[in-house]
Amino acid sequence: MNWINNVVRPKIRSFLTTKREVPDNLWVKCPESGQMVFYKELEANQFVVPGSNYHMKIGAKARLAHLFDGGIYDKVPVPTVPQDPLKFRDGRRYTDRLKDAKAKTELDDAVLVAEGLLDGQMIVAAVQDFEFMAGSLGMAAGEAVLTGMLRAVEHRSPFILFAASGGARMQEGILSLMQMPRTTIAVQRLREARLPYIVVLTDPTTGGVTASYAMLGDVHIAEPGALICFAGPRVIQQTIREQLPEGFQRAEYLLDHGMIDMVVHRHQMRETLSRLCRLLMGGAELTRTKGRRVNGRPYVNGASVDGRLIETAARDATGEVIDAASAPVATRTDPPKGKRDPDASLPKPEAKEPG
Amino acid sequence: MEQKSVERTVAARTYLDFEKPIAELESKVLELRGLEGDTVSISDELRKLEQKAKTALVDMYAKLSPWQKAQVARHQDRPHCLDYIEQLIEEFTPLAGDRYFAEDQAIVGGLGRFRGRSVMVIGHEKGGPDTESRIRHNFGMAMPEGYRKAVRLMEMADKFGMPVITLVDTAGAYPGISAEERGQAEAIARSTDCCLALGVPIISVVIGEGGSGGAVAIASANRILMLEHSIYTVASPEAAASILWRDANKRIDAATNMKITAQDLEALGVIDVIVREPTGGAHRDPKLAIEIAGEAIAKALAEFDGKPPAEIRRQRHDRFLSIGRTL
Repeated sequence: MNWINNVVRPKIRSFLTTKREVPDNLWVKCPESGQMVFYKELEANQFVVPGSNYHMKIGAKARLAHLFDGGIYDKVPVPTVPQDPLKFRDGRRYTDRLKDAKAKTELDDAVLVAEGLLDGQMIVAAVQDFEFMAGSLGMAAGEAVLTGMLRAVEHRSPFILFAASGGARMQEGILSLMQMPRTTIAVQRLREARLPYIVVLTDPTTGGVTASYAMLGDVHIAEPGALICFAGPRVIQQTIREQLPEGFQRAEYLLDHGMIDMVVHRHQMRETLSRLCRLLMGGAELTRTKGRRVNGRPYVNGASVDGRLIETAARDATGEVIDAASAPVATRTDPPKGKRDPDASLPKPEAKEPG
Repeated sequence: MEQKSVERTVAARTYLDFEKPIAELESKVLELRGLEGDTVSISDELRKLEQKAKTALVDMYAKLSPWQKAQVARHQDRPHCLDYIEQLIEEFTPLAGDRYFAEDQAIVGGLGRFRGRSVMVIGHEKGGPDTESRIRHNFGMAMPEGYRKAVRLMEMADKFGMPVITLVDTAGAYPGISAEERGQAEAIARSTDCCLALGVPIISVVIGEGGSGGAVAIASANRILMLEHSIYTVASPEAAASILWRDANKRIDAATNMKITAQDLEALGVIDVIVREPTGGAHRDPKLAIEIAGEAIAKALAEFDGKPPAEIRRQRHDRFLSIGRTL
């Protein structure tokens, strides 16, 4: 202890000391096996319990550190939103709750957006931190998801979303609900730009988050055992008053029911995401890096068709290359009009008739 | 004869708990009406009393609390989706099924003619007045099939270039094992996605309850209209109370805090138009309520006449993106 810690007011002290709250000697109990794990060991193992493989919740920053090359990433700034527009009180003031959550997590809100390299490939990622008011989707979180997706469109890079949320932020009422269509619009922008959107569903992903952007990915990955649902088990039990089936709404259940593509262990997550991004970007990469000539013609910047695609189009079902002149008009594809081929825009009816 | 029918309608009216003073006044009016025609002339007094009852009703409905509005929005005599369709849509041709699994009557929809033009109408139907009908419509709580049907119909409307009108009236999407099993969340997400991608105008009217994601799924529209005494919530006041206060009895606090009324939502820039209801709520004069709503829909639709698909889509996107940015 130096003199600063004793003298300066606690609030300032928190700026000066960056140490985490958790003491190093803390033991954590595995919720599944009851086994006691050393916190440091757990942290080193990406918060997966070594014996039982139980995936515990992991903070947004730790998640990003494990994703990006060398743990290096840049935070993407998110526009500020009005705080507490409804002047909400539920026993405590919402602004006080926000303050506490910010102090506890050292985050601005439930979603952290970052950009950086994943195996050398530029990506944008957003992570929901369950510690921040249950990862609930409010205006700030919605704006963050939107910003992240639009950033990916700007960079022409894949977008990865780690979802974890208790659902809508009740304290923002209808404005929270409106984040469902708002984020969906950003998903459409990613889709129009033909950029990969990969969702990693972590424990738990529920309510309005599942019912909007978290279920609109190109590829859905879930962590083992994650609860993923629209209505939570408690709500359903209250409605139907009967026992829920074993493993109901867990990642493996969703896989069985066709809602997700795969369940991936946290240790394999980075490699899986990297591979998916590379494969999905593969087609586009080819277009951009392939030589200056396509089909023997000069390749002009901006043309979005690659050589192989043109070649495929010129073959018939048996694989025989169709001679442009002998092909019947019906099966022929007109060359795209534009800068690429200035002649294409000129009317040449006689050339189009089969000999 | 006429007197009897009046008596019947008034007797059949269900009064909400806060409407007790109105109920008393109206029953007195009724009593006097029964005496009228006898030897004593009481028409003067009757008129006075009627006036008093009417003023009381107007006053009461002018300052309903959010929780009272929630009760009015759920009133059993309030006109439902199919009432609107019957009165506003000619040649209504219902379409059924999601083509994957089942037909879900919690969401009804189909083709028809609205003021002369072909439209696609989709809406939550709570069913009623008998229990059988309510069960058939699952109390307006849709399954994934309902939302997938909505997507199918919206895509059809887009293909044939006809506007979409949606009528929102649900406590929320159905929370149950089968719904979760078949991907309730995904169905809602896709339906919202579809609303937002349409190249034709989509006009939504919250006619009763707009409950959470189950409402958003068909209400991500170019223009959102809300009836004067309807509500639109992120979660029902009861659900919010049990989540935030861990006590469902705090529903009045939840309703007040969450800002759920048409008036609040207009102030927050979430909805575009408040549709006036007849004195004492839509359930007191369903026919008039529906007629006024029809006018409002026609007006909203007319704004998009002749606009190209890209512009219609852009307007919708801008509309939602700007929510909350100017508060």
